Amino acid sequence: MSLKIPRYDINLEPSMSKHPDFNRKSILMHTQSGFKSEIIAIVPLTAHEKLFHIRICDPCERENFAFLPGQFVMLELPGCGEVPISISSSSSNKEFIALCIRKVGKVTGMLHRLKPGTIVGIRGPFGTHFPMEKMVGHNILLIAGGLGIVPLRSPIYWVNEHRSDYGDITVMYGAKEPGQILFGYQFEEWRRIYGLNILTIVQNAGKGRQGKEGIITDLFDDIDIDSDNTFAVVCGPPVMFKFVCAHLSKSGLPRQRMFVSLERRMHCGMGKCCRCNVGSTFTCLDGPVFDYWTVMNLKEAI
Amino acid sequence: MNLGYTMKVVRIDKKNWVGDIENLSRSYRLFGPVKDDNFHRFEELDKDKLPDLDYFNTRLSPKSIVYPQSETMFEYCLDERKKDHHVMKEASKDYSQRAVIGIRPCDAAAFLLVKRNFDTPECKDPYWVKAYEATTFVGLACNNPHSACFCTTAGCGPFHEDGLDILLIDAGNHYFAKIITSKGENLLKAAGWDTKVDAGKEIESMKQNAETGITSFIATNKLKDKITADLFDAPFWEDMAFACINCGTCTYACPTCWCFDIQDEVHGCSGTRMRNWDSCMYPLFTLHGSGYNPRNTGMQRVRQRFMHKLKYYVDKYDNGIQCVGCGRCVSLCPVNIDIRKICNTMNSYEK
Repeated sequence: MSLKIPRYDINLEPSMSKHPDFNRKSILMHTQSGFKSEIIAIVPLTAHEKLFHIRICDPCERENFAFLPGQFVMLELPGCGEVPISISSSSSNKEFIALCIRKVGKVTGMLHRLKPGTIVGIRGPFGTHFPMEKMVGHNILLIAGGLGIVPLRSPIYWVNEHRSDYGDITVMYGAKEPGQILFGYQFEEWRRIYGLNILTIVQNAGKGRQGKEGIITDLFDDIDIDSDNTFAVVCGPPVMFKFVCAHLSKSGLPRQRMFVSLERRMHCGMGKCCRCNVGSTFTCLDGPVFDYWTVMNLKEAI
Repeated sequence: MNLGYTMKVVRIDKKNWVGDIENLSRSYRLFGPVKDDNFHRFEELDKDKLPDLDYFNTRLSPKSIVYPQSETMFEYCLDERKKDHHVMKEASKDYSQRAVIGIRPCDAAAFLLVKRNFDTPECKDPYWVKAYEATTFVGLACNNPHSACFCTTAGCGPFHEDGLDILLIDAGNHYFAKIITSKGENLLKAAGWDTKVDAGKEIESMKQNAETGITSFIATNKLKDKITADLFDAPFWEDMAFACINCGTCTYACPTCWCFDIQDEVHGCSGTRMRNWDSCMYPLFTLHGSGYNPRNTGMQRVRQRFMHKLKYYVDKYDNGIQCVGCGRCVSLCPVNIDIRKICNTMNSYEK
């Protein structure tokens, strides 16, 4: 199966009269007001995280809404505020988008009290994406810590749907406790059907759990990295990046092939409100996905 | 846009000033400096109210004329029985043409610096751009600059014309009005000012006189070539930020600070989403939901503000520093942090 990135084809005009622009900066003007959407399902995952399935109400807007793995949307809850949330559903899913949200503040606290059927707004998608097209033909190492699995679920779907384009896929996932592992119910499916190598580790295994106890970097003992032919995607709490990327560097992986997804407080999503800046770059426009070489040269990034 | 021909100068007799302003108020919403306690501030002029053009510098910058401190963006209804409940609707706003009378050249130039952020090819901020385009800037040259002003070395000056549509020059019994753009030309017609004069030499000598009145300077020539990481890691930040109490006064008073916050406000079943000025001096500005804060200490926040103004902005737009030298932060800072000193330190820093 070939990649579904549309290529410019003169025969397909006028339906493709515009060159596809996945960086989406040029169509930011269309994202100032949100799409009216409905929460169609809420799946409780752990004590603090729920998965929201959100569907854009207008069928036309729903059809046109397209994103790439790694991008995020602003979820607006009238009366409360809006929050930037990375999309954790498949980019080929035209029916709804899935957002996994941890209860931490005012807006997310309110979201957790909502029932299916509530009207919310979606603005976006914003930001850069994981370079799925560059990774074709390579092995991919997806490394997540805690809530970091959320933005990685979308690239996992992507590689599953285009499985033959990629080599070995390894998912390394670390969490604090077994009860905090997100999407654990999908691991078996991913392993068996798509042949993903999924390694998990928890800091505190508690009583009676089989499996590894330790921190995420301990998992590096279990794998061999073919450094000439591997891309790494890392997402997790800020403290994780340095340790994980140092390990990756040690195994010979060049920093341009490590991609991280940074987190910043954001309000506008369009590079205006200026709070997500890291040096002279804006996380909402130039990120959240950066290659690690760029991040290393940006002060205050991690 | 600049007019192609030699700039036109008209003379405005101060005797007719009241009537002229009245003429203008028929076709423009007028804004101007008015006295408020011991300070001046810019506000919309009611009928019969005149701009008070006898002032040094307003305490707060006039950026609020285009970019209000608190601005409603959307309105919505939370009553589920109503149609379109929970849907954001753009708030209606008055973008009829307006004119600011007596804005200082530095404050007008500041709009051009802010424009680089709000009006980019990728995304035009609709509220800012509409308000900016609806505004005609009638500047007032500074004959006697303030002691904290350092505009001449901050890419600006007491008679600076960039960003202005008309420059007024106070010459005793009359004003000279230098017409700079076609917007200014339109305002000229509305006011009925038509006594053309040839005052080029007189204005030039007043300008030179005013420029000699500027007594403090900054050096910015080497900022561009400094390595960002070197400046960021420089040892002087702890000292510079030691006294800072993170009050945010500098950011609110600054004509070139544009950061904002978006908040919802609900009364009963109707709500508004507004944007409010924010300040990078506050820890909440960058605090993550998880509790992690990339700029957790006061020093980091002070460094962010000055690095943004004097290095990131310089690098990003290659068009000078993000400061016009109005001197407000210098004179208002409760602990005497001085951007001139910091700028010079950064400019001369060698690792």
